[in-house]
Amino acid sequence: MANVLVVLEQRDGVLKRVSFEALAAGRALADQLGGETHAVALGPADLAVEAAGAHGADRVFLATADGVRLYQPGPYAATVAQQARAGYAAVLLGATALGKDLAPRIAARLGCPLAADVHAVALDGGAIVVARPVYAGKAVYRLRVTAPQVVVSLRPNNFPPVHAARAGTVERIAVVDGVGARTTQVKEPEHAAVDVAEAGIVVAGGRGLKESQHFRLLDDLAAAFGSQAAVGASRAVVDAGWRPHAEQVGQTGKTVSPNLYIAVGVSGAIQHLAGMRTAKVIVAINKDKDAPIFKVADYGIVGDLFDVVPRLTEEVRKVRNA
Amino acid sequence: MKIAVCVKRVPDTEARIKIAADGKAIDEAGVKFVLNPYDEYAVEEALRLKEKAGAGEVAIVTVGGDASQETIRTALAMGADRGVLLKTDAVPLDPLPVARALADELRGGGFDLILFGKQAVDDSSHAVGLIVAELLGLPSVGAVTSLAIADGRGTAEREVEGGVEVVEFALPGVATADKGLNEPRYPALKGIMAAKKKPLETKPVALAGAGLEVIGLAYPPERQAGRIVGEGAEAVPALIEALRTEAKVL
Repeated sequence: MANVLVVLEQRDGVLKRVSFEALAAGRALADQLGGETHAVALGPADLAVEAAGAHGADRVFLATADGVRLYQPGPYAATVAQQARAGYAAVLLGATALGKDLAPRIAARLGCPLAADVHAVALDGGAIVVARPVYAGKAVYRLRVTAPQVVVSLRPNNFPPVHAARAGTVERIAVVDGVGARTTQVKEPEHAAVDVAEAGIVVAGGRGLKESQHFRLLDDLAAAFGSQAAVGASRAVVDAGWRPHAEQVGQTGKTVSPNLYIAVGVSGAIQHLAGMRTAKVIVAINKDKDAPIFKVADYGIVGDLFDVVPRLTEEVRKVRNA
Repeated sequence: MKIAVCVKRVPDTEARIKIAADGKAIDEAGVKFVLNPYDEYAVEEALRLKEKAGAGEVAIVTVGGDASQETIRTALAMGADRGVLLKTDAVPLDPLPVARALADELRGGGFDLILFGKQAVDDSSHAVGLIVAELLGLPSVGAVTSLAIADGRGTAEREVEGGVEVVEFALPGVATADKGLNEPRYPALKGIMAAKKKPLETKPVALAGAGLEVIGLAYPPERQAGRIVGEGAEAVPALIEALRTEAKVL
């Protein structure tokens, strides 16, 4: 039982980046176990999985059907669990909206433990050891897996994809019927923006913006950074109804790890810091020089955001257009 | 409409976390504990569905120590009818044994709907509700921001990256609540007084078979102290320069 099974995630027939992150983690763990990395993917007939081999998969088990173009909990869980029963030390998948929903269902079917939202996984003293944040990142558990099999969901943006050319031999498997809830459609937002949890750059606003319409300043700044930037929000402004919960960053919102996080008029409440402290670079703009956000920021500007942000937007545009 | 809501006692999100001397858990001294915020949405939704149906029952079930009675009382004060404490001294991090204990309690209970918070804000496994559903063989939908029940069927919406999934399921079923589902009510004084007289049953449970063992609990690495690049809009060029040449993110 030294092989690792990686669940690939697709959207509209294209593998998502998180699939390659999971393959990177799976490849590293399989190498430590002296085994192979296998991948399993469900999706529509035109799902392309050729890239999995180049990212470390020895074999790819592909289950396609029109009925699983969208995420369907029943067939997804049943198909992955059936493949996992072939004997794998670990089943890895990204802790996305899909992965967070699917992982416990697989664990239930396999009767094995689940380590969720893990940011490190390795073999240590013959056992799989994971690190995972708890209390929304205020503390980190190191856990040893004592069961023969484990399901691990991986925090996005923590396992850089690797180029490890492997055979990636594609083998077709059947979609296993699974009864249960049925996803009938995915409603797309009117203006398709990158999700705050997947964005490379997050521009987040807090109460310092004073009114909901002032978030236009942040929309402009995010737009200046390009399509990989998203607007985030503190709990205070979500609770006030200024921004949707989908944008909330923090302990009762999303946990984000972008390359750049710009906190604008965010004081830095402990539950907010918990959601963004793993960002690679943090910038804070706040008029209160004693705001806790400056304690975690790499770069800070003390000043009135209504002066600073428009200037920043202008300068970012210049850089991007240069 | 007979509804069960499974809840958990957790540290308040504003609480500072101090690691206990053994380095394997948090020091609970002085920490304020609350009903898990996501569970509040589940309790509120159950109460609204019962009120709309005009009849039924809302039962609160939790796994925990004696202190969890207080958490159940909070839900009873909101308006739930009765509580069950599945009593154990230690709740493991592995969600499976917890889910098994809950499933054993809920099985055969005749519930039309079983609700959970999508995750507890302490260990955030986002797992127990969905595992219970699988163990009971019930259709389920995770992290819902809207839920409509009619003619023995549920229609739910859940936020995913870049969209909203619409999910349908037949009752009896399971749903886990996300923020945005509703605005939970505050317990009124009358409700708090009434809660004291509502039935709260305690049943000891043994949670065996956890497959995760705690090696240690530690604080996350401190971020290196940054610097203030300047004051006001005049500092923007210095910031841009730092982001380009030092941080290399622009």
